[in-house]
Order: sequence, then C-alpha cells, then structure tokens
Amino acid sequence: MVQKSHGADLSVRSVRKVYTGRGQAVEAIQDLSFDVNAGELVCVVGPSGAGKTTLLRILAGLLPATSGEVTLGGTVVKGPPPGMAVVLQEYGRSLFPWMTVEKNVELPLKEKGVAKAERKRLVQEALEAVSLADAGKSYPWQLSGGMQQRVAIARAVAYEPQVLLMDEPFAAVDAQTRLELEDLVRALWRRLGVTVIFVTHDIDEAVYLGERVFVLSNRPTILLEEVKIDLGAERDQIETRTHPAFGRLRNHVYELVQQAKKGLRSIEDARLTH
Amino acid sequence: MSAPSTPAPARVLAATGGGLWRIVLALLLPAVLVTVWWFASADSTDPQVPPLATVLDKFPTVWFAGDDLGSSLFVETVGQSVSRVLIGYAIAMVIGIVLGVLIGTFRPLRDFCEPVLEFFRAIPPPILTPILMLFMGIDHALKISLIVVGALWPILLNTIEGVRGIDPVLKDTARAYGLGPVRRLFSLTLPGASPQIYTGGRQALSIALIMMVIGEMFAAFDGIGSAIAQFQATFSTASMWSAVLILGCIGSVLALIFGAVERVGLTWYRGYLRSQRGGA
Ligand SMILES: Nc1ncnc2c1ncn2[C@@H]1O[C@H](COP(=O)(O)OP(=O)(O)OP(=O)(O)O)[C@@H](O)[C@H]1O
Ligand SMILES: [Mg+2]
Repeated sequence: MVQKSHGADLSVRSVRKVYTGRGQAVEAIQDLSFDVNAGELVCVVGPSGAGKTTLLRILAGLLPATSGEVTLGGTVVKGPPPGMAVVLQEYGRSLFPWMTVEKNVELPLKEKGVAKAERKRLVQEALEAVSLADAGKSYPWQLSGGMQQRVAIARAVAYEPQVLLMDEPFAAVDAQTRLELEDLVRALWRRLGVTVIFVTHDIDEAVYLGERVFVLSNRPTILLEEVKIDLGAERDQIETRTHPAFGRLRNHVYELVQQAKKGLRSIEDARLTH
Repeated sequence: MSAPSTPAPARVLAATGGGLWRIVLALLLPAVLVTVWWFASADSTDPQVPPLATVLDKFPTVWFAGDDLGSSLFVETVGQSVSRVLIGYAIAMVIGIVLGVLIGTFRPLRDFCEPVLEFFRAIPPPILTPILMLFMGIDHALKISLIVVGALWPILLNTIEGVRGIDPVLKDTARAYGLGPVRRLFSLTLPGASPQIYTGGRQALSIALIMMVIGEMFAAFDGIGSAIAQFQATFSTASMWSAVLILGCIGSVLALIFGAVERVGLTWYRGYLRSQRGGA
C-alpha cells in the first residue's frame, strides 16, 4: 500500500504581510525568504504573536501576502494548492459539527476521488493511528479538546498529502499522547516523503521532530536563524532526547527564542552560551 | 465533554418519562380551553356564538354529509387548502434557500440586495393581497403566489444570515482541502446554515397559513378560508366555528410535522450547543 507520493519543494521569496482593515495596519511579517526541500520536515518556532500562523496561512494559500511570492513545486501559490493538508490552530472549530468523526476524516478523500473501500480503510487507519478507532461514530462536539485535535490530525494524515502544514497541532493533547503523535508525524513523513512545515511553541518538540528549525523574531517577523538539526533520521523519544547533541541544539534554540521575545532582530546581536 | 455517562436504562426511562410528561403538559391547556369554551357557551343564545355542543353536533352533517368519505366536504376542503399551502410553502423554500445561499455567499450581491430586502421585510405580507390580485386576477396561481410571496421573506433572510454566519475556520478548512462547489454546498453551506433555515421555515409556515386563508377568503370557491367566508355570509355560525376549528387543527398538525423534521435534522445542533455551553 505504500505509494510514496513525492513531496514538493517550497520556496518563499521576500514575503511581507501587513494586516489592514479596521483600526491601524499591523505589520505581521516584515520580510521572510527561505527554501524547504521536497520531503523535508521543518519546524517553525518563535515568540507568541510572532506571525507563525500568519506565515502558515500564507503558505497554505489561505491568506494573500502583501508582497513577495510563495512557490510550491515550481508553481506560484495563489490559493490552496492541491495535495496539501492543513491542521489549523483552531482545531476544534475546523471540524464540521454536523458530521461524525469518520465523515470529517473522509470528506477530503471524497473530494480527492478516492474509491469508497479505500476511503474506509484510510479513515480507519488514520483514526487508529491517533488512537481514536472507537470514536468514528461520535460527533466532534462529543469529544474532548485533545481528541478533537487528534481528529484534525487524522484528517490530514488520511489525506496522504504532498505538503502537510500543521499549526501547533499538539497544543491540546496530554504529554504522553503528544510523544506518540510526534512519532506518528515522523513515521508518516518518512513513509510518504511528504514536505512538512510544523509550527510549535515547544522547543524540545521542534528539535526532536525537525531536520531544520526556523527561529522567527518578534513581530514584524524576520527569520533569525535556520538551525540545522543533525540528529539523524532515526529518532527515539528516550535516546534522542538524552543525546548530548539534542541538549546542545535545544539550548541554542531556547536562548534564541528567549532573546527573540526581548526583541532580538539579528543573529549577530545574539549572546549565545550554546 | 458531553459524552453521556448515565447508564442506558436510566436514560431511556428519563427520556420516555420526560416525553410522556411533555405530551400531557402540551395537551393540558387545549383541554382546559375547550372545557371553558364548552361551559361558557353552553347557555349562549347569541347567534354569533352558538354553544360548543351545537358546533360539534353539526360537525358530522356539515363536513361528512353523504356516505362517501372521499368526496365529503371535509376531505375536499382540507385537501384543497393543505395542498395549496404545501405547494406554496415548498416553492418559497426552494426560492428562499437558493437566493439566500447566493446572496449569503457573494458579498457584493449582498451589499446590492440588502436595502431592498429590508424594505420588503418591513411590509406585512397580507397587504400584498390586493396588489397581487390587481396583477394576477383571482385564479389558482394567485393563491399559490400569495403564499409564496408571504413565506419567502423569513426563509430568504434567515438563510442569508445563516450562510453569512458560518465559521470562517470551517470555510478555510473547506478551501484548504479544495472542496469543489457542489460538495462545499452540501457539506458546508447548507448544513452550516441549517439552524437558521429551520428558524426561517418555522416562521414561514405560519405566514403561509395566514396567506392561504386570506387568499381563499378573497378569491376562492374552495378551501377552508372560502368555507369560513361562505358560512359567515349565510349566517351558518355553528358551521363557521367548526371550520375555524379545522383550520386550527391544520395549523397544529403542520407545525407538529415541522417540529418532528426539525428535531431530526438538527440533532447535531442541539448537541453542539450543549457542548458549547460547557457540557451536560
Ligand atoms: N486578521 C488580523 N488582523 C490584524 N492583525 C492580525 C490578524 N491576525 C493576526 N494579527 C496580528 O499579527 C501578529 C501575528 O499573529 P499570528 O497569529 O500569526 O501569531 P502567532 O505567531 O501564530 O502567535 P501564537 O503563537 O500565539 O499562535 C499578531 O500581532 C496579531 O495580533
Ligand atoms: Mg498561531
């Protein structure tokens, strides 16, 4: 069943975002440029209000950038590109309350044109992967916040996307489940070769998951550093997290985010002990 | 959050017990009113208000004369009125929902239509009767049109509100997964607006009944409204009262059917609201 759908490479060129509308204009993103290779897993961290969600929504084609350009697999993103799955930060509100959990997960597959039997299998597998095999017939509003979040994750997983965008997808789940879901994302990523952008405020999580971690500054956002995480392809909750290299990277990112909160805007000005 | 934790038998008991109790409660007031009417009118000599006993006494001879039930006045009259109101109501539903979805979805269209909609909303539908009669004469189409024109507004306006109020996060989700227009309509727009559509439908149902009676009184030779008008013109007061009773029953039955459909259609919504209020 393993069909490696190839991830697409993502390129962001001088993207700027100013929110206009009621009240004064808010410059959320000042200038972002970066590249993500096809099949890479990149985590994005930064202070709260840094513009992580804004960036993700621009990448998803849900929000137009004020200037600059995003290209995915060579084509300019003007709206949500096909083969993309998102887990929005407002996970609870992203589930259709008139559909059961199963139907919620199945809906994008229908649009994708997956045959019925195959849909059933994908839905079942995805729900099992997030330990919700028994909740398929429930409605989202009958579930806890953490369970709802896992449904949103299952929906993205079942979709077998080429690009997977996740905005703090584990914020509401308990610590134990969180570790399991981290491994689920890693496994899915390796199985499908999908390009993943993973926004989180949890620095350990970013370092554990990512091949690279992008550290953003305060608003108006710029990219402080692209931290390469060379912890190998095999990650293990115990071994990786106790590895000295993990600790070093974690401390490095931690210090950066701390200083970003206080207004650090250039990596040259950073005072790093790690 | 709101997953039921009461053991199943207890729930069933509570549900049926609650159901029975509610039926008793619902029937109590009508029973009291009929009793009061019965006794208050018992010794009435006023020809306009005959005793209820007389009204009921005459009921079979007026409505079920002859031995063929199918061609009795009752079946004919009620059949005419009910089919009229249902056809008009259905047309209003279709037009209201289609226009409502369009206007609710497209912002410029909404800005363009809104003032006119507000204007029509402010006009009580019965006033349209003489105007429509001027244009359409008094044929069958008129009576249906009256119902449509009256029932349309609450459906239309509520559908617009409902479509407009759909959570933007859901819209983003639908967009992100690339849902096409048809799937979007049936998976997002219509279910998302359905609570308001039901609200509009309920209001429209009572307006449709009013418009049906008015239309029939003005311009028909059949139907319950025309029966009331004819009995009144011939001073058959007892018969007139029985027609009014039948009209009330038609309204109640239609409202009951509507309520049953709504209860099934909005099961998710009641659960959703409960969970929003924080469980149980
Ligand atoms: N629709 C909007 N209109 C105006 N300003 C907005 C809008 N959305 C976000 N902002 C502002 O843009 C900035 C970045 O917001 P964003 O939601 O992207 O931050 P974030 O990094 O995702 O924060 P968090 O970690 O808390 O989720 C914030 O200062 C926010 O107030
Ligand atoms: Mg955010």
